[in-house]
Formats: sequence, C-alpha cells, structure tokens
Amino acid sequence: MRFLLVEDNADLARSVAARLSLDGHGVDHAASLAEAADHLATAAYDLILLDIMLPDGDGRDFLARHRRERRDTPVIVMTARAAVSDRVALLDTGADDYITKPFDFAELEARVRAVLRRKHGAAQTLRTFADLTFDPLTATLTVAGETRELRNRELRLFEILLSGPDRIFSKGQLCDRLFSAAEAVSDNAIEVYVGRLRRKLDGSRARIETVRGVGYKLTGTPE
Amino acid sequence: MKAAAVPSGSIRRRLLLSMLALAAVLSGLLYLTVRGVAARAVEATQDAVLGSAGIAIAEELRGSEDGVEIDIPYTAFSMLGAVGQDRVFYRVLIGDVTLTGYADLPLPAEPPSGLTPFFYSTTFQDETVRIAAVERAVLSDGRPVSATVLVAQTRTAAEAIAGQLANRAALLGLGVFALAALLAVVTARSVLAPVDELAEAVRRRGPQDLRPVARAVPVELAPFVTALNGFMGRLSAALSRTETFIAEAAHHIRTPLAVVRAEAEIALRQAPDDATRARMRSVIRAVDDSARSATQLLDHATVVYRTDQRTDEDLDLGDLARSVTQALAPAADLKEIALDLVVGDGPLVVRGDRLLIESALRNLLDNAVKYSGPETEVRLTVAGVAGGVRVLVEDRGRGLGGSQPAALTARFRRGTNVDDIIGSGLGLTIVKEVARAQRGAFRLTDREGGGTCADLFLPAH
Amino acid sequence: MRRPVLARALRALALILALTAPAAAFEVEEQSRFGPDDAPRTLRILSTTDTVIFAPLLERFLADQPGLAIDYVVAASTEVYAALHDEAAAFDIAVSSAMDLQMKLANDGFARVHRAPGTLALPPWARWRDQLFAFAQEPVVAILSRAGFEGLPLPRTRSDLVDLMRENPDRFRGRVGTYDPNLSGAGYLFATQDARQSDTSWRLAEVMGALQPRLYGASGDMIRDLKAGRLILATNVLGSYAVPRLPPGGDGMVLEPADYTHVLLRTALIPRTADAPDLGAAFLDFLLSPGGQRLIAAAGLPAIDEAALVAGQHLRPIRLDPGLLVFVDPLKRRRFLDEWSAAMVRD
Repeated sequence: MRFLLVEDNADLARSVAARLSLDGHGVDHAASLAEAADHLATAAYDLILLDIMLPDGDGRDFLARHRRERRDTPVIVMTARAAVSDRVALLDTGADDYITKPFDFAELEARVRAVLRRKHGAAQTLRTFADLTFDPLTATLTVAGETRELRNRELRLFEILLSGPDRIFSKGQLCDRLFSAAEAVSDNAIEVYVGRLRRKLDGSRARIETVRGVGYKLTGTPE
Repeated sequence: MKAAAVPSGSIRRRLLLSMLALAAVLSGLLYLTVRGVAARAVEATQDAVLGSAGIAIAEELRGSEDGVEIDIPYTAFSMLGAVGQDRVFYRVLIGDVTLTGYADLPLPAEPPSGLTPFFYSTTFQDETVRIAAVERAVLSDGRPVSATVLVAQTRTAAEAIAGQLANRAALLGLGVFALAALLAVVTARSVLAPVDELAEAVRRRGPQDLRPVARAVPVELAPFVTALNGFMGRLSAALSRTETFIAEAAHHIRTPLAVVRAEAEIALRQAPDDATRARMRSVIRAVDDSARSATQLLDHATVVYRTDQRTDEDLDLGDLARSVTQALAPAADLKEIALDLVVGDGPLVVRGDRLLIESALRNLLDNAVKYSGPETEVRLTVAGVAGGVRVLVEDRGRGLGGSQPAALTARFRRGTNVDDIIGSGLGLTIVKEVARAQRGAFRLTDREGGGTCADLFLPAH
Repeated sequence: MRRPVLARALRALALILALTAPAAAFEVEEQSRFGPDDAPRTLRILSTTDTVIFAPLLERFLADQPGLAIDYVVAASTEVYAALHDEAAAFDIAVSSAMDLQMKLANDGFARVHRAPGTLALPPWARWRDQLFAFAQEPVVAILSRAGFEGLPLPRTRSDLVDLMRENPDRFRGRVGTYDPNLSGAGYLFATQDARQSDTSWRLAEVMGALQPRLYGASGDMIRDLKAGRLILATNVLGSYAVPRLPPGGDGMVLEPADYTHVLLRTALIPRTADAPDLGAAFLDFLLSPGGQRLIAAAGLPAIDEAALVAGQHLRPIRLDPGLLVFVDPLKRRRFLDEWSAAMVRD
C-alpha cells in the first residue's frame, strides 16, 4: 500500500515511514499542508496519515478542504489528544479514523484495514497463494470455494507468514509481532495460534511447516 | 462551586440609616425650632402683659412733699389674670429703697433705662418668675429721683401653653419623621434597583457566557461594570490558555514518545538476538507506560479543570457508550477481547459535562481491557434505573486481589497484583472524581466467577 | 362719736402693724370643739364664719368620721390672715369671707394645692390655682326700713339712694350705717370693690359722710340696729345674714341694688402649715360635695351656682384674680382708707 504521511515532526515522520516500510508499504512524507497538497496533486495514495498541528495550518482545515474537493482517499488522523469527543469531532470533520500518539503499529494496521474495508469493500486487495484466496480486509480465507474467517491473531499471523512464503520466521519474531509489549507471554504461546491457523488451512495445498528448533514457514505445493 | 460573597454591611441599610438619621435630625430640629418659637411667642405674650402692668403702675407714681406716693391701679394686676392663674409679685423702689411690695423680689442685672420695660426670668419663692422692670424718674421733695417698678408673674400658665405647643411640635416632628422614613425606604429601593437588575442580568447568564456586560447602567455603576468586563475578559483568556496548555502539553509529550515507540518497534523487528528483543520490548513497554500516564495525567487535569468549568448538557449515555466502545474496539481486538455493549431500553439521558462523563467511561473500559486476558469478554452495560443511569463494566480479569476498593481509587495507587501491567493508577481516581462531580456514585467489586465489576451511577439531574 | 373714732384709729394702727410685721398671737373670737374628747385625730378649722352657721356642717361631717374631732376657731378675717401669714398657725383649713386676703395668702405661697373631682368641678372663677376654693356666693346688699322710708319712693339703685339722702338729709342724719373698712376685712373688700366699680359709690360715701353715718364691724350689728329702729338704711350688708333675719313682709327690707350688686365668694384654703392637710382636704371636699352644698344653703349661705349669676344681671361676682392683691398693698390700703375716711368721716 502507498501512504501519504503528513507530519511536521521529522523524527517521527522518518520513524513511522521506516516502520511502515518494514511491512512492505510505500510512504511519501509531507512536512506541511502545502507539501501534502503537492503530493496529492501528483500521485495517488491508498491512505493519508494526517497530523493535526502543522506549521502552516490546522489538519482539520485540510480535512475539510479534502472532503470539499470530493477526494475519497481515506484519512486517519494522528493526534496527541485522547478524548473521545476529539475523535467524534474529527470524524465529523471527515476523518475516517483516529489514532492517538504514540501508537502500536499493529493497532494502526488494524485500523487501516478497517478503514479500507469500509471504503472499498472486499476484493480489491485479494491475494492468492496456492489454492487459497485471502482477503486481508475481511479477514477471510477461501479454500476450495469454502470461505473461512480468521480471528485477529490468526489473520495477523497468516499475513506475516504470507509476506515471505518459504521463509522461516522464528517464534520470537512472530511473538513480537503478534503480542503487544505489554503482554507478558512466552515464545511458546505462538504454538497455540499456529495450531489454530493450520486448522483453518485444512484441505488446502498451503500449509505451515515447523522447522524444528528454528521456527515456522508457509509453503504451498503446486497442483 | 458557588462561593457566596462575604457581606460587609448593606448599602441599602447604610443608605436607609443615613436618610433616617437625617430625617431624625431634621425632625428634631423642627421640633426644637417650633418649640422654641412657641416658647418665645408665649413669653412675648406674657412680657407684653407684664410690661403693660409695669407701665400702668409706674404712671401712678406721684412726687409729693412727703416723698413719692403710688396708687397702684386695680387693672394693673387684674390684667395679669388674663394670662392665667399665676402668682403675682411686685416691688416699687425709690432709688434703692423699697417703697412697697415684695422687698426681696430680685432686681434686674442691669437697671432698665428709658421707657421700655426690661424683662428677665429668675427664681422667686421656689418658682420661676418672669419679671418686667420699668424705670421712671419722679420728683421727690423737688428733686428728681429714680423709681423702679418690678412686676413679676410665675410661669405656670405660660409653661402649660408652651408645653401644649411643644406636644404639637413633637407630633409634627414625629409625623415628618414617619413621612421621611417612608420616603427613605422608597428612595433606597429605587436607588438600588439598577444594582439588583445588574446582578440579576449577570446571574441569568450561562456558566460559559463570559461576554462583556453591554446593558446600560447608571454612571455610578459604570466603573464596576467596566472592571467586571475586564475581569471576565482576563478570565476568558486564562481559560482558553488553560485549554491550550493542556493540548500543547499532550502534543509535546506524545510526539517524542511516538518517535521512540516507532524506533523501538523497528529495532525489535530487526533484533538479532533474544537479549536485544527483550530490551526493545521493555523500551516499548516503558513508552506505553509513559503514554498511559501522560494520558491519565492530562485526563485528570482535564477532569479537575472541567469540574470547575463544566458545561452541563443532556447526554444520552447509550450514544456515549457506543462511541467509547468504538474507539477502544481496535485495541481490544488486538487481544481478541470481545467488547460486549448492552444498552438498555428507555431514557438513558443524564445532565452532565460531556468531557467528564466520557473520561470516566473511557478509563473504565480502558482499565477493563488492560486487565483482561486475551480472548475474554468485557461487558459494558448501560441501564436506566430510578433517578439516573447505571453503567456496569464487567471483565474477567484478575479481580481486586484482596485490595480495598477505596484504596484502588486513591490517586497513584494500583492494585497489588498488577505489577506487570502498564498503568499509572490514575484511571479509577478519575472515575471516582467524575462520579463525585456529577453527584453520582462509584463502586468497585469482585465479579462472581472471577474478574472485576465497576459500577458507576449517574443521577439524571 | 369721738370715742369710736379714736378706737378705730387705734385698731387701724394695730391692723397695719399686723399686716407689715410679725405680731403677737392673733385674736380669737370664739373657739369650739366638736366630736369626742378622746378622738385620736383633730381637724383644726380657722374661720371667719360664726360657729352657729357652720355647726350643722361640722356635725354632719363628723357623723361619717368616727375618731375625729374638730376644733373650730372663729376670728376676724384680718386675724385669719395674720395667723397664717405671720404666725404660721397650724390649721388644716382656713375659711374666710375676705377674698383679697385669702388671695394674698394663696399668691404668697401659704396654700396647698388640692385637686379632687369636687374642686375640679368648680367653675374657673370660683377657684384659683387649685389652692383657693369658693364654696358659697353671697350678694352684698343694702337693707332699709320701710317705716323709715315712708313717703319716699323705694330706691332701686345707688343713685336713687344718693338722691333720696340729698333731698331728705334730716330724715337720714345719724340713721345710716355701713361697714367700717378700718375694722372689718369684709367691709374693706366691699368698699374697695365699690371704689373700683363706680364713681357713684364715692358720691354715696360723700353723701353718707355728711349724714353722720354709724360705722360697724359686722353685718349682724347693722341688721340688729335696723330692726331696733336706730338705722333706716345700711349699705354693704352681707345678704346671707340679712335675708334670714329680715323676713319678707316685715319692716326690714333687703335691696339688691340694680346698678350692680357685688357677690362675695366665701373661700377656703388648706394652709401650708397644716398638721393634717388630708383632713383639711377631706373637709373641703365635703364642703363642695352636693350634700355639703345643701347644708351650706340650709345655713343661709347660697351655694355656688353659676346659673343664678347668669340670671341676675345686676350680680357681679368679685373675681378671684390678682387685682384683689392691689388693695392689700399697705400703701394702697393707707391711701384708700385716708380717702375713704376723708369722704365718710366728718368731724
């Protein structure tokens, strides 16, 4: 996916961009509303991450103009405020969602997914692997015409594995991405979710292999 | 937070007292004046009769070869009876020698001269007497000698008349005073009416209405209104500064934290070994801890500030609960915690400050999500009860672990069994303070079957 | 007639002394005691009124007052005055027909204030300063003998008398009488009031003076001599004495002069020197009470009656006012008596 990050704090912008690129997203950075307008005029984005306090204006004014010009690029506002009423006010102005700094990127991803799901519906981002069809927005797997829903952690685990088929992910790596830092879990906790995901993959040619002593990998046997 | 003014006396009373004092003084002066004039009039009447009597007697003085003779005319004394039934004394002197009459009747301080009688008051035979002294020269044995005639009369009748007039004067004074008192009350009321009207106009304003007072007031009140407007202007500016400050503080704390967290996540992803991973996880945990603390501190500051500056409105707690649940849903989802919102039928409207109640709900739900294990359920129930709305937040977390609920809601106190979970301990304090500000109630109990039940009651009014 | 004149002069001298300087004990004419001898309290009355007139009043008063006795002392009005003014005699009530002297006593502070329903009901002219109270009003009349006036028109006024005496000097010579003001306080009062009332009185005095008048110290003596035929005319006689003694249809006749007839007020006061002022006040109230007034009237002293004064237009009450003090003045008195004597007494 391609993001436009509108954020005047250079450090934060760089970190967010770097972090998002780790998940394979492309990020353009605009440090002001004017720059953002330039970017929007020349490129198409899947989503805009917008800060509220900017040197040349208020992010809310940008939002209002954005909606006036009938652009449908979804906007998630990053704010330092936490009040629900701020959220309501921002949503009223035209934001699609709202996330409070500092944020867990897993949560950001979940919100992005929810926003895109609301905006575009399914099928736009369908991915296939072996005989599977995977829709990350609706968190569904289709195996031989049968649609299976994934729970949150199963979805995230599958996405991680799908990002590098045949690549071995260690239990630790998977843990770090599946559990928040606040959750004190052992690396072995991942086995539960791997087990559940394997059941969801039953009957397909895709499967999760255990690489003993190292980790797991997603493999698919061709027909 | 209505602090009644400490009264230091009343202008109305002061005004009334001043006017009444003035009225009393004027009435008193009127009384004294009328009484004085009356007394003088009575005295003048008596003097006129005494003087006539003295002159009538003096005219009967005759010089003869034996000295001086006198034939006191009957009418001279008879006319004195006209004044009233007063005792009459007289004395006729030739030079220093008493010719006839009361030899001890006091002489005037200075001898009268000319034909005009000299009048004076003195005491004779234990009574106050008014005396007319008349001087006349007569020939005695061919030589002119000075003859003095004193005619005296007690003042019983004069004083009785003066007393009657004084009573009338007293009645007059009292009447004037009563009238003045009535006028004083009316005047004080009308003079202070603009003050009352101004107070009423300011009192009728809403709590957030800090516009300048524009109504026309008497010039005497203009400085007060000017000062009031200046004060409200400063207050308004200070309030907006406070709000701006809280927003700025949030921004300046959270943005760097966001940088740190993002960098830590990147580092964690690229961690070459478990030791680095563990360090990065603890950095992230610390950042989250700080962020939560900052959130709650700012929430708390907001709650304290809003408690003083609240804007009450009618709030549908069902709607409020829905939007709070929605905001927290993604966070709960990450832990696969199901947020179950149960909104009861009927009116769920309470009168209160939106920010305060929202803070309470968010902190309650945030706490529940935080202390619940993965793949559990948190239930938020909003139900109308007698006199208000009850909000229940039930989780399957660790429960209170033997801590006293009261202790948990104290500032910066956390349960004894949650060392591994990020939190500043302010969350429940915020809820409790909101409950108090809304005159509601907050209770924390262990939930049957494990977990905690937070019970918040908010009165409808 | 020489001796009485000398005696008169001596007595006049004594009177002047009595008025001007403290004198020896006053002269008592008659003293009586009423009531039980061992009564614990005694009311002392000093009076110019004959005991016989007052006796019924005193008896009636005592009847309601067990344990009370009355000393009733009769003296001439000048003596009454002297007793109280100069001698501080202790009497509880002083009754006198000499209004001027009573007035002088009250004016000079020798009377006590007394206020009671009875005194307050008196008309203003019958009381002075709540100290001096009138309890009887007596016309001052002339008496004449019908026989002595035979053939002459009956006079109605003083002018009539003057004319009759001028035209018939022989008939009247030595047979006219009047008070000697030198001797009698009442006589002095009547003479002075006559003098201030009209010039006719002086003409009357001059005419009488030319007819060798007989001069008296008491009304009773004049009435007695008229009845005895020694007088055919007497002026300034107290009506209260004359009326009961000269019954209608008899020879003696009472004339109230139509030009004016003075009305004497018999007055009482409670002396400052009273030992028992409460008894004096009680007796005074009794005198003024309807019962007391009836008894007074029965004794021949007309009760206070304003209506009678209004009806008789010739009646002139001698007012209780300070004018009365004028003739008490020693100089005035001497001057008046000199003038009177000059007119009346011809040697």
